[in-house]
Amino acid sequence: MNASLEKINGYSIVNVLDERIDAHNSAGLKEMFLRLIEQGEAKIVVQLDKVRFIDSSGLGALLSGHKNLTSKKSGRFILAGCKQQVLSMFELTRLNRIFEIYADLTEALENEK
Amino acid sequence: MQVEVIIPTQTKYLNLIGSIGEHIAKELEDYSGDREMLAYHLNLVLTEATANAIKHANCNDPKDSVRITIHIDDHELKIKVYDHGQGFDLEKVDIPDFDHPKEGGMGVYFIRTLMDSVTYNRMSDCNVLEIVKHLK
Repeated sequence: MNASLEKINGYSIVNVLDERIDAHNSAGLKEMFLRLIEQGEAKIVVQLDKVRFIDSSGLGALLSGHKNLTSKKSGRFILAGCKQQVLSMFELTRLNRIFEIYADLTEALENEK
Repeated sequence: MQVEVIIPTQTKYLNLIGSIGEHIAKELEDYSGDREMLAYHLNLVLTEATANAIKHANCNDPKDSVRITIHIDDHELKIKVYDHGQGFDLEKVDIPDFDHPKEGGMGVYFIRTLMDSVTYNRMSDCNVLEIVKHLK
């Protein structure tokens, strides 16, 4: 999984650099979320603006990150910058009702809870 | 027209298989539906079906491979994915529980939802997942 990490205002930002998330790289993404959560990160924003394709294993990796983080006190797992194709996958699986989704990083960081 | 691809049982080839599906959708003649959507759906279905075949393949055999054929005519597109693994029972794959989503089990749901028919049959020396998409 090609992704970069940065920290802004207490949020860990995971910038996914691959255009595809599928069974080849989704395990790497899941591992990355687990590592951040183990390190005590409570707020993760996943920047998906470069991702134009996601399959069931990619959705599974996001769901794993969501479940592991939101089960913790004040944990937030946020998705930002999703392209229409990616959003349509969330709608097809109704994961749009589960995930906290914002149009872009700015909007995600402005919506402090 | 028929396209035939044989790949080693490695997930790094999923991108290649999916891209072939996208390319076919974009080059279809006389298709009146949403071409971009069909391209994504074929990419997804080929990716899911091939990933499934790789997952169920015989891991002990480094020479194992997955064969994928895509047959296109005026009315329909037929995808066949051949694997040499132990196989699985397609009928026993449940519809995902959307109120309590789990990490796995969405791949077959995508194939069933986005395509027009899906069958999985055990042959003498392999298994075949057959997927049909009617072309408007």
